Amino acid sequence: MSTQLEARPKKPVDDGTVGPLTEQGSGLLADGVFKWVTLLSGVTVLVILLLIAVTTTRQAWPAFSEFGTAYFFGTEWVPPEGLYGILPLVFGTVLVSLIALFFAVPLSLGIALFVTELAHRRVRSLITLVVDLLAAVPSVVFGLWGFYQLIPIFQSVFNTISDAVESIPVLNVIFGPGSGSSFMSAGLILALMIIPIITSVTREVFMTVPENDKSGSLALGATRWEMIKGVVIPHSTGGLTGAVMLGLGRAMGETVAVALLIGASPQISANLFGRGETMPAQIFRSLSEAGGVYRSALIGLGVCLFVITIVVNVSARRLVLVIDRRIKGTI
Amino acid sequence: MSTSTPESSEQMRISLSSANLSKKRRVRNAAASVAMVAAFLIAAVPLFAMGASVLSQGLGVVLSVDWWTQPIPGDVGRADLAGNEDLCGLGFGDAAECQAGGSSTSVIKGMQPAIVGTFLTVFGASAMAIPLGILGAIYLHEYGKTGRLARFIRFMTDVMVGVPSVVMGVFIYTIWVLQFGTGGKSAFAASLALGCLMLPIVVRSTEEMLKLVPNALREASAALGTRTWKTTLKVVLPAASAGITSGCLLAVARAAGETAPVVFTIGYVTTTNFSMRGQNTTLSAQIYSQLTNGGSIATQLAWGAAVTLVGIVLVLTLSARAISSRLTIGKT
Repeated sequence: MSTQLEARPKKPVDDGTVGPLTEQGSGLLADGVFKWVTLLSGVTVLVILLLIAVTTTRQAWPAFSEFGTAYFFGTEWVPPEGLYGILPLVFGTVLVSLIALFFAVPLSLGIALFVTELAHRRVRSLITLVVDLLAAVPSVVFGLWGFYQLIPIFQSVFNTISDAVESIPVLNVIFGPGSGSSFMSAGLILALMIIPIITSVTREVFMTVPENDKSGSLALGATRWEMIKGVVIPHSTGGLTGAVMLGLGRAMGETVAVALLIGASPQISANLFGRGETMPAQIFRSLSEAGGVYRSALIGLGVCLFVITIVVNVSARRLVLVIDRRIKGTI
Repeated sequence: MSTSTPESSEQMRISLSSANLSKKRRVRNAAASVAMVAAFLIAAVPLFAMGASVLSQGLGVVLSVDWWTQPIPGDVGRADLAGNEDLCGLGFGDAAECQAGGSSTSVIKGMQPAIVGTFLTVFGASAMAIPLGILGAIYLHEYGKTGRLARFIRFMTDVMVGVPSVVMGVFIYTIWVLQFGTGGKSAFAASLALGCLMLPIVVRSTEEMLKLVPNALREASAALGTRTWKTTLKVVLPAASAGITSGCLLAVARAAGETAPVVFTIGYVTTTNFSMRGQNTTLSAQIYSQLTNGGSIATQLAWGAAVTLVGIVLVLTLSARAISSRLTIGKT
């Protein structure tokens, strides 16, 4: 449709009787200039991404070249002793994000189903309002609230749990004695923060389920739950994976709230109630004061985080794109 | 549409549905419905708990005039021990009472520098990201369309939305602060970081809105002999303006609440700095640093800053919602 716009004749016909079809004068120049200005603005995104990759890598290079594999596969992150192995931080980032997904995904699915399949129209707008508000609250406010109000609660809950499973093997390692600031605390607050994004993507995915399929299933005598299980979920699996990946990307990059609740001690430990540290939290805590190779190592963390989140996001987008195409194909 | 059943089939339906279902299926269905409602409640309860505690802890400080006009008390850790602790005792429960009781000797709690700093940085970021973002979106939707470059830019914009804010902070830190030293730390540097954060959001939301503008408008304008640039600026953009505004407000709200990219790039001040140059501070940075300071006054400052920040962000978000609900083109 839009191609018709370009079908306009390049040179207006001017035989003296009919006026020119297109405005004359500076407009012609302005058209070209405008196009180039918009093109340049569009390309800015690419330039910024490229600059991020180049400049941060260059600043991180001293750390990369000095420590080599010890940087990427070292299991000790103790800057005062010159030990810069990022694995404990990667471990913390991944673990906290997985905990967050573990809690956030079922809740988000539930909310999205509630919105699309169950709720009355008026309730629906109330729920979207609540979810939007949850998305609007700044990360640092979650952190502040968690720091003062949740840590004491977590402390006692975690102690109760770890006392209860003390004599059970495996569980007593995972839920070992811990503190109020831990992997679990950070994961829980993070779950709350990624619920809005997973919910909104999931909701959109659910909305693409053809109404006919749903009515058909109900007409065959399925209950609402059977309809959801048999029609909505199978139709949405790819989109749901995309939504979860987007949530994962967000969770891995979340900084301040995690920094306040995780306990700032980089370690690889199976104890979910133990203190830990994540990559963004470590950068956030130390970058301003760090110098020399420590600073390089921190910027290197930023590079790794950049690469990881790009990989996660690209695969998420790919999945969502594939879904898009499949849906469009069926219509 | 499909859920509304004609009057005649109502009797049929009764014999088909609930009554004749096996107990197992009925229970499962009910359980699933309950679980969905529960999921929502589980997510909503913390939100309200957080809202309640932020308000109850922070509203007292915010309601005084000092909060909006006075500099941030420096070195509150020590001032705290000297003044307030004695007066309020160890159980400093009620912030307002505590403040009233010790107002003569206690520290004046102001947050003006951070409020000014927040507006400065967000304004700077918006001034850079919003025009660029809108123009970029115009390229994507009006010129690039489904061309290879446009598709690539669109994809990379989506990717950039997912880049963590802390990485943007590290980026501006390396290209700005490391180049110009601590003198480089300024509201402007923070604006750059926040601008990088806002840009992809603005591009994507604006493009979504441009998609909603009916092609007939463009064609009608072109048929009148208007050039593309004029059509875009005078016909397409005004038609999409409500949606674009709403998207930009959401991006601004997101930027206002960001902490990580600001902390590296803005430095720290306790007196108001109205300039884009020189160190500055923002509400989010203050929440973090007051929280790490500890002590009762610093804590009050942190909660107060949280109330102010949440207030600003909520106003932005709710007005974005209000504008987009009045969206005209989406409904035609």
